[in-house]
Amino acid sequence: MTDNAPKKKEKKAKGTVFVRKEICKGCSYCIDFCPPRCLDFSPDFNAKGYHYPILSPPEGCTGCGLCGLYCPDFAIYGVKFKDVEKLKQDAADAA
Amino acid sequence: MSANPDVVMGVEVENPVMPYLRQDRLPHIWCPGCGIGTTVNCFARALTECGLDLDQTAIVSGIGCTGRVAGYLDLDSFHTTHGRAIPFATGLKVGNPDLKVVVYSGDGDLTAIGGNHFVHAARRNMDLLCICVNNFTYGMTGGQCTPTSPVGAKQTTMPYGNFEHPFNLPHLADACGAVYVARWTVYHVKQLTRAMKEGLNKKGFAFIEVLSPCPTLYSRRNRLGDGVDQVKYYKERSKINNDVDTKDLSLEFQGDITVGKFVDRERETWLDAMNNRFTSVIGDKYEPYGVTNGEK
Repeated sequence: MTDNAPKKKEKKAKGTVFVRKEICKGCSYCIDFCPPRCLDFSPDFNAKGYHYPILSPPEGCTGCGLCGLYCPDFAIYGVKFKDVEKLKQDAADAA
Repeated sequence: MSANPDVVMGVEVENPVMPYLRQDRLPHIWCPGCGIGTTVNCFARALTECGLDLDQTAIVSGIGCTGRVAGYLDLDSFHTTHGRAIPFATGLKVGNPDLKVVVYSGDGDLTAIGGNHFVHAARRNMDLLCICVNNFTYGMTGGQCTPTSPVGAKQTTMPYGNFEHPFNLPHLADACGAVYVARWTVYHVKQLTRAMKEGLNKKGFAFIEVLSPCPTLYSRRNRLGDGVDQVKYYKERSKINNDVDTKDLSLEFQGDITVGKFVDRERETWLDAMNNRFTSVIGDKYEPYGVTNGEK
């Protein structure tokens, strides 16, 4: 891990995920099938006692959204910063 | 939109599947690790991509865990009696040929109690998309043996392991005349979404079998681990082969799985066949049914 540390610092997140933790059931589909392997169980748990996913490390996220496609509970989805910028641009053009 | 919208870089974003779900019903009843939710996720994404009018799309499901799908999708939906999803869907389609009707049900509902209807809908080439979520067991009633349970699998009603030969569902659908037959697993989300999109745009009886884990009954009784362990098994042991003959498909207990799109052909649908027949016999006096307002 220490050898890779300088490389990882240069890495910048291309996207992020949003988790609706109250409907997550902690099945770990998103964690096990995340292509850059940047999701992990949160140390906290939700009202039902399930550990929901969090980004760890957040800079690894590419915003591919595969976690959202795998999630059986519709509790997580990913967004690409590039797409959000485009949305912002479109909204600005329309206004 | 929920009370606290997700904001990134000053822009509000939302889960793309949420507009297709009845959000007041979430969280759903399916167990942690169950794959049915993933298939619904793929179906909602297929709906966004297929370009169909959602007011003209109806979903029909039977009884069982997968039968609950109709209650969670924000479409015109119909939760029918056990095994009779296809007859209700057939009636819906024949009564209003403009509708795109989707049957979404489980293996026990579609192929055990509703097996007769399944065979005949495929034979008639009724214009339906039939999605069968196969979890090899009756989940809602306590893990009984279904016609798709593989040989050797332990079930509540087969404590020494199943000894009955299971159905090969793609082969059954193919032999009965379905025009589109595919099998995917919950691991193949991208391919499954594409197959559902193709099935929605296909005219005739399209059949998609989706293998899904049942962590609470099937996996636990057979000591196969959690839902995610089953999905990892699908990842390791499934082989994509689109050109294989459906009778050679493998699906043994924890063995190799053949997945892919096996059949994609054109055949006269039931309504077309009826119209053609009556036109040829009665002549110009017959007004073709379901064609005047644009049959789909």
